[in-house]
Order: sequence, then structure tokens, then C-alpha cells
Amino acid sequence: MANPNGIGASVRRREDQRFLTGRGNYTDDFKRPNMTHAVHVRSPYAHARVLGIDPADALAMPGVVAVLTGADMEADKVGSLPCGWQIHSKDGSPMKEPPHYPLARDRVRYVGDAVAVVIAETREQARDAAEMVVVDYEELPAVGSSTRAIDGAATLVHDDAPGNVCYDWHLGDKAAVDAAFAQAAHVARIDLVNQRLVPNAMEPRAALGEYDASSGEYTLTTTSQNPHVIRLLMGAFVLGIPEHKLRVVAPDVGGGFGSKIFHYGEEAVVTWAARKIGRPVKWTADRSESFLTDAHGRDHVSHAEMAMDADGNFLALRVSTLANMGAYLSTFAPSIPTYLYATLLAGQYKTPAIYAEVKAVFTNTSPVDAYRGAGRPEACYLIERLVDVAAGVMGMDKTEIRRRNFVPADAMPYQTPVALQYDTGDFAKNLDIALPLVDYPGFQQRRAESKARGKLRGIGFATYIEACGIAPSNVAGALGARAGLYECAEVRFHPTGSVTVFTGSHSHGQGHETTFAQIVAERFGVPIENVEIVHGDTNKIPFGMGTYGSRSLAVGGSALVKAMDKVERKAKKIAAHMLEAAETDIEVKDGRFTVAGTDKSLGIGDIALQAYVPHNFPLDELEPGLDEQAFYDPKNFTYPNGCHVCELEIDPDTGVTTIVNFAAVDDFGNVINPLIVEGQVHGGLVQGIGQALYENCVYDEESGQLVTGSYMDYCMPRADDVPSFTVRYHEDQPCTHNPLGVKGCGEAGTIGAAAAVMNAVVDALSDYGITHMDMPATPEKVWRTIRDATPALAAE
Amino acid sequence: MYAFTYQRPTTVAEAASAIQAEEAKLLGGGQTLLPTLKQRLARPSDLIDLSGIPELKGIREVDGGLEIGAFTRHAEVAHSDLVKRVIPSLAGLAEGIGDRQVRNMGTLGGSIANADPSADYPSAVVALKGLVTTDRRTIAGDDFFTGMFETALEPGEIIKAVRFSRPDKAAYAKFRNPASRYAIVGVYVARFGAEVRVAVTGAAGSVFRADAFEAALAADFRAEALNGLSVGADGLNADIHASADYRAHLVTVMAKRAVEAAG
Ligand SMILES: Cc1cc2nc3c(=O)[nH]c(=O)nc-3n(C[C@H](O)[C@H](O)[C@H](O)COP(=O)(O)OP(=O)(O)OC[C@H]3O[C@@H](n4cnc5c(N)ncnc54)[C@H](O)[C@@H]3O)c2cc1C
Repeated sequence: MANPNGIGASVRRREDQRFLTGRGNYTDDFKRPNMTHAVHVRSPYAHARVLGIDPADALAMPGVVAVLTGADMEADKVGSLPCGWQIHSKDGSPMKEPPHYPLARDRVRYVGDAVAVVIAETREQARDAAEMVVVDYEELPAVGSSTRAIDGAATLVHDDAPGNVCYDWHLGDKAAVDAAFAQAAHVARIDLVNQRLVPNAMEPRAALGEYDASSGEYTLTTTSQNPHVIRLLMGAFVLGIPEHKLRVVAPDVGGGFGSKIFHYGEEAVVTWAARKIGRPVKWTADRSESFLTDAHGRDHVSHAEMAMDADGNFLALRVSTLANMGAYLSTFAPSIPTYLYATLLAGQYKTPAIYAEVKAVFTNTSPVDAYRGAGRPEACYLIERLVDVAAGVMGMDKTEIRRRNFVPADAMPYQTPVALQYDTGDFAKNLDIALPLVDYPGFQQRRAESKARGKLRGIGFATYIEACGIAPSNVAGALGARAGLYECAEVRFHPTGSVTVFTGSHSHGQGHETTFAQIVAERFGVPIENVEIVHGDTNKIPFGMGTYGSRSLAVGGSALVKAMDKVERKAKKIAAHMLEAAETDIEVKDGRFTVAGTDKSLGIGDIALQAYVPHNFPLDELEPGLDEQAFYDPKNFTYPNGCHVCELEIDPDTGVTTIVNFAAVDDFGNVINPLIVEGQVHGGLVQGIGQALYENCVYDEESGQLVTGSYMDYCMPRADDVPSFTVRYHEDQPCTHNPLGVKGCGEAGTIGAAAAVMNAVVDALSDYGITHMDMPATPEKVWRTIRDATPALAAE
Repeated sequence: MYAFTYQRPTTVAEAASAIQAEEAKLLGGGQTLLPTLKQRLARPSDLIDLSGIPELKGIREVDGGLEIGAFTRHAEVAHSDLVKRVIPSLAGLAEGIGDRQVRNMGTLGGSIANADPSADYPSAVVALKGLVTTDRRTIAGDDFFTGMFETALEPGEIIKAVRFSRPDKAAYAKFRNPASRYAIVGVYVARFGAEVRVAVTGAAGSVFRADAFEAALAADFRAEALNGLSVGADGLNADIHASADYRAHLVTVMAKRAVEAAG
């Protein structure tokens, strides 16, 4: 490595200085002259007709500037929040796509659905006045869960979605699967729930709308993972503002985990209202609003079966899943339980036939969309729980049954029966690295020692593969995406040799300002301090699809490499001219351009200066300037994969689970910054552990009220709930189709961890004949399971 | 938060007169009151901040135990060498309240005045034969907690200090709510010569003494003495974190752990 801050160096995150010293610049930090504050009036009911809204008392309150409703938006022809992905049902019919207005018009469909916005001089005044808006509701029966939505008697959430079904979709070869089951020697079955989660980004959502009457330009500053996407969706579909008159800025954003991908109604409300009242309008969610209105994650109810031959070889997998969409379709909601879930059901196994059915339904709950992992944790959890059940059916060791069924490394590239083609992966190797980390052979002895202390010890494995860097636009388009999925980068050398990189990728905790700069530093030999990474502003960045699906490096980084290729090509021309050599004789290494076989060379800094001071350029052949832009559309998804192992101890007296060891072995392809990768893995693991043991978003089935609406009841994992992790990665299987050989690491931890923990919990309880427990494995649930499985105790 | 008038008296007498204002409220560490205000669930006319009153602060050794001023933060109790020496189990209880931020702000007086069914301190007040001194009188710990969020305090009555008796042996065992960190069940076991007190918080609407446990431990101060004993699930709290029968079970488990820890 030529550059100490180049690829492979654990450079400390450059952005952390400002974050840790309180100098970050978040949406709520923005203040504008004459700025007003918006507070939304939200439905206290899960389902109700809105008979009337009387703003008179609110308008009379001090400081109130305006009270606006859905009717005002309708009068201004404001459109519905668009859905970015269309799914077709088995019968070919398109999914049901009911309108989703930023302010509800005649009906509210979940607790928190906005019906009006109050705009005042201060936030407190807006809050005071919001309480005075009189909304006349006629309460309707609510549908509080997906199973209730389809029970036949359920009320309709949307009149034009019969049976509350959004779509009834399938993937795979049903006939082949049925045939395999008919011949199976053994079948493993499981019913499981992948519970709903609240994303809980540290920074609540916020939006600031501005309108400049002299230029007719709008500016939206918002907590977004993808400002260009918001510009497109809001500009084109909701407010009818052309792109050149709409600037969307996503400044520092304090975590998203998917929940800030989507276009939310509040963004449209503040942008529209800013013009209406002629003043900037800011809205910032409080934590209660975050709980109620951020798009939630997961919420699947599934049944799965694995057919096996007499030796435990997987023959076929059959899955049926009920997915909760919530009250409306959030931006990418339909794609999550379909193309980001069912396509991953092969996992790391060579199961020859797979058939999955997914029914997505509407309920009177907050919309559900992508949440860290988005579909892939659900797939991993289902497969890996089922594989453990299969091991039990076969009486096989849990590592052995996995090994037997792994897609072998030499079968790569491997076409799964569910649409994806894995490019690389050595799954046995991951397991081989993991086993010594947890001293697997010593486990039985540790289990016996725990037992002697009255504790139950369990070990759980989870292997995962995910499809990241969401993928070629043509494939995504064929599958229903209404957007392309490329990325854009611009590399601008300044005359004195410093560099500004403009990326369409967006960092909200991922550390782009460090990793992207490392890539440039490595390539051109410039000091990392001389590289600035700019992101998150549609007026600065040519275009961008943003950050989600672990795509920043794999797609955004690749675009950056493409732009650097162009810079290098141009620089070579300039070098050839300056050194009076043929372009073909110029050799490039670490940012030095040398005439082959001579000591004549130039650094990129000299070249940049010449590029901007082209006193003797042959202008017909050589343009001044050193500033290049590239778009990169990937050839395939990338496939990070790995093996996670969890060892834990359960106190049967209380049901408390304590994780004693957790090892994660991951294949992320090449690694740019090991420190950041490790941090991403740690955070992901904690989120996965959070789902397994703590987090649970509960709605009251009858009333549709959110029961877990604060941290008093919604349990987040904390630092002292988790052990010190053992994290390893290998770089033996770089991605074959992107220039950096990278796969992505942002979601991996979350994808593998929940399954590993739950497999360990069930393993610990195996003496009681337990074969499954739904998440989260709360103390009471564990205690009760043990008690109910122990006739003597239950009788006590 | 609705607007209110903020007052910061420097003596109990001033506070006592300020609290006479209609809808006035005393402000301790604010860890319960301020979230309530932020959520607009209360609308006091005045907040009488007790933080500027020296006579409400501090930890003193007194005959037979400790006296702790009402405006003493949880962290001060947790870290006090005096408390650690005289009643170490009380320091342990304070150290287990909430999180660091809450401990650095919350106060003893605020905690017991609030009488949250899942608060920790009420168990200490009852188990350690507490005496609650107010600006008007002294109330026995056994009589102080009268129900869920209810105490013997009269409107506007200000807690000045709490006196705790020094036990021969004691320990507090808490099963905390994984989300909020309050007690799902907390059991304070204290032995004074032949007398044993077992105070249970978290499990029911208000702290209570487990008589059968006390009798069993008075006869035989070992965890095994509690085998087969249960407070029963009737009347215990139930929520998404713990059902009544789970709480009943935990009371026995935590009581045993407290006895073991007390040694
Ligand atoms: C996240 C979180 C976690 C927590 N976890 C725990 C826990 O694990 N265990 C636990 O026990 N508690 C817990 N608490 C509560 C905490 O201990 C609070 O400090 C306590 O409940 C109230 O004390 P305070 O000093 O903050 O009182 P405040 O919130 O200021 O006041 C509470 C009430 O007491 C009254 N009051 C205050 N001082 C006096 C006085 N001297 N005389 C008469 N009335 C008075 C006030 O008027 C008010 O009605 C938690 C709180 C939070 C926010």
C-alpha cells in the first residue's frame, strides 16, 4: 500500500470529529430568516372517517400563521405519494395501489395519519394550536394485524382492495417443488413470525421547505438517504415541480436504517406550505411521532417446509408468507417481501427447487418498508431456523447439515432457482473460520458446566447470503422497479491538486467521507486531507440514487472508480503532451505519470495545474480542466455472505438470556477500511440481537393503537446487553463484476444475527423438547416455555 | 410543554408558601415530571424547583442509621462512602436505578413522592423502617405508600428527608424491565436481629411486605427457607413485559437472590 490512508487502511472516520463535538449540521439545525414551524395534527384512531375539520379555534391562537388540510392540498392539485415498485399478482393483475395523500382527505387509516398541519411562529405555538384543531371523526373498526386483515370478516382498510390484499404473488417452480415433496424421505416444517420493528434512527425525521418567489425555486432540506429520489418523487408526482426548480438537500443525517429512503408526506407538506404562506416552514418529528409514523420494518407471518432425501440433502423448499404493508404503500414497500426476500430463499444452499408465495395485506398500522436488511433478514431467519429444525428431524449436527447442502465454491457462478445468480462465495470456508473462534468441539463441555450451575447453554449458527448493491437497472426494471439503480460520481481536480468528489451516494453514518477519500488517495497518491467528499445536495451532485441495500461502495464506489478512470485518461493525455511523449508510453502508478523507461515523470498535482493553466495546450486535441463524471450501472447484485455463531446462557429461573460469545465471519469481498467495516458489523449485530431478544413493535389487534410507542415499552438493545464481538472477514472471494471487488457490509450483521441468536436460544432449550420460539425471546416467554414444557413445574 | 412560571426558592419555608399557588408543582430532579410536561400530560401553573434549597440535601449518619435529604440525587447515594459503609445495599439500589443520566438528576424525594409502582426506593423505605420527614410531620415508611402513585402526603406537603435504619444484613434484588429499566420486580430483604423485612416493589400497585416470606426468613435466614412460598398472582400487575403469574414467580426468585446476597 503506497498511501498510508489508501485502500485497506483503518483510517479513523474523518467525519467523527464534527459529530462527536456537536458540530454536525442536521436538518433541525437549519434556521432561516422568517422561518415558521409546522406541527401535524394526527389521527388518534387507527381507522376513522373524517367528517369535518374546524380550524377556527386554532387560527385564533397566538402566533398561528396557517392551518392547512387535505382539502387545501386537493384544491392545489397535490398528488398522492407515489410507490416506487409495482408487483403483479399470480394472476397477472397489478397490485392494489390506493392513494396515499400527504394529508388524509376523508379517512384516516392508522394512528398518526396526518389530517392537518398547523404553522406558527414557534414550535410551541404550533403545538398549542394543533391541540385546538377540532377534527370530527367517526371511528371505524380497525384491522390491527396481518392475520386479522385476511380473516374474512375484517373491515376493508381501502375499499378498492378486496380482502385487504395488496397482491398475492409467487416465485419459483411449484410443480417441481410438489414433485420433490412427493418423493421426500423427510420433511422439516416451521411456522414463524418475523415481528414488526421500529427503526429508531437517533435523529428523528425533519424537513424544511423554502420557496424563493423571485426565482420560483423550491428548496427542501430533509432527513433523507437519497435526496435525488425525493426530488424525483415529490417533484414529479406530488407537487408538480420540475427538477430545475427544486433543490433537495440531505445534510448530516443521523441514521436511517432504511427508514429515511422513503418519500414522506411531511416533506411535501412543508415544501407546498412554504410557497402557500410565503415563508420557510420547518417540521421536526418528536420521538412519539417517530414511533408512530416512521415506516416500520419486517412483520411477516410464514410457514415453511423443507423436503429432504434420506441423507439430509435438501430437495425442495416451500414457503408461504403473509406480509404486512401497513395502511398505505410506502415508497419501496412492495419490493421488500418479494424481490428482496423470496429471491434470497436459497440462502447458501443448493436446494434445487423452491417455491414461495407472498400475500401482502393492508392493515390499520404504520406503513412497513425497508429496514436494515430489508427482506433478507426475514429470508435468512426463515431458512436458518428451518435448517435447524431439519437437523433435528435428521438427527444431524447443525454444522454438518449446512455443510452438506452448501453451494460449493467451485459451483460459482451459481444460478439459484429463485432468480439470482451468485457470483462468488466460499461458504464452507466461512464456517471453517468460524468454528475455532467459538471452540465448537468444547461446547458440550461448556454446556455441562453451565448445567452444573443451573444454567442452560446453547449454540446457534446462521449462514446468510444477501443480494446487495441493488442491481442492474434492466433487471430491477423487469421486476417492477420504477427507477434505475445506478450511481453517479464526479471527480474534480482543482488547479492546486486538491480534489472534490461529488457522489450520488449518501452517508448517514456509513463513513463515506473517509472511505471514498481513501479510494481517491490510493489511486492518485494525494494526501487524504486534500480530498473532500460532497454528497446530499441535488444542486451540487449531478445525480444519485442514494444509499440503502449496502450499495454505497459497490455501486457509488464503482461510479467513483469510473470517474477516476476518466480523470486518469485525461491526465495521461496532458502528461504525454507535457513530457513530449506518446500517450501510449505513459505509465501510471500511484498518481505518477512516467514516460516508460525514463525518469521523466509528473505527479497528478502538476498535471492538474497544467489542466487549468493550459498555456500551450493543443486545444483541438486537449480540453482544459480536470473534472470528470461517470454513471455506473452494475452488472449484477453483489453477494456478501457469512457465518454467524452465537453462544448464550439462559437462566431458567428468570428466563433471562445472556449472550456469552458471538462470532461473525463475513465475506464482503475487498475491504477498503477494516475499522469502518468492523463498526458496521458491530452495529448490525446489535440490531439483529435487538430483534432476537428485545425489540417488538406491538399494535393492539382490536383498536390498532400502538402499544409500544415509547422507550418505556419498546426495548432497544444497549451496550451492556451484548458481549464483545469476535469479527473476522476474508478477502478471498472478491466480487467479480465491479472494479473494487467489493460486496457491501452495511446490513450483514443484522441479517445473520437474529437467526444465530434464536437458533442458540432453541438449542439451549432443546432438553425441554423445544424446537421453535418466536422472537423476541423475552424473559417471560423463555420462562413460560420452560415451565409449560416441564409438567412438574407447570403443575406447581 | 405548556408555559408555566418557574420559581427557585432557597428555603423550605419559601417553597412551602410558593406551592400554595393553585396548580403549582414541586420539581425534584425532573426525571418523571419533565417527561410528563413534555408530553403535555400535565399543566402546572408554577414549577417550584427544589434544587436551590440546601436543607433538602445531603447524607448524614444518625443514631441507628442514615438520614438522606429529599433532594439527594440517586448518583450521590450510589457513590457515597457513608452509605456504602452504613447500608451498602441502599447504595446498590441507587446504582441500579435507570441509567446514568437519570441517576445524575433524579432524587430520593421525587422518587418516593411519585410512588411509581415500579420504582426502587419505595422498597427501601419500607424494608429499612424508613421515616419520612416532611415540612409538617414525620410519616412511618409503612404508612407512606398508599396505592398506585399515591402516598400519605397532603397537597403541597414537602418531603425534607428520609431516615433509614441500619440493618444487620440486607440486600436488594431487582429484575429490571429491559426497556425502561424500572423494576418489574424488586425485593428488598433486611434483617434486624430477629426481625426480617421483605419489601416487594414492581409487582403490585404499590410496594408491599411479603409476610409469609418474612416469617419463614425470621425462622431460618436462608434462601431455601423460601422454597415453595409464593405471594400469589392475584392482584399483581400485568403488562406486555410481565404477566401477573410471572411477576409472582419472580418475587420468590428475587427474594431468594436477595437473601443469598445478604449473606
Ligand atoms: C429513563 C428513566 C428510567 C428510570 N428508571 C428508574 C428505575 O429504574 N428505578 C426507579 O426507581 N426510578 C426510575 N426512574 C425514575 C427516576 O428515579 C426519577 O428520578 C423519580 O421517579 C422521580 O424523581 P425526580 O427527582 O426526578 O422527581 P420529579 O420528576 O422532579 O418529580 C416527581 C414527583 O415528585 C414530586 N416531588 C419531587 N420532590 C418532592 C419533594 N421533596 N417533596 C414532595 N414532592 C416532591 C414532584 O412534584 C412530582 O410530582 C427512571 C426515570 C427515567 C426517565
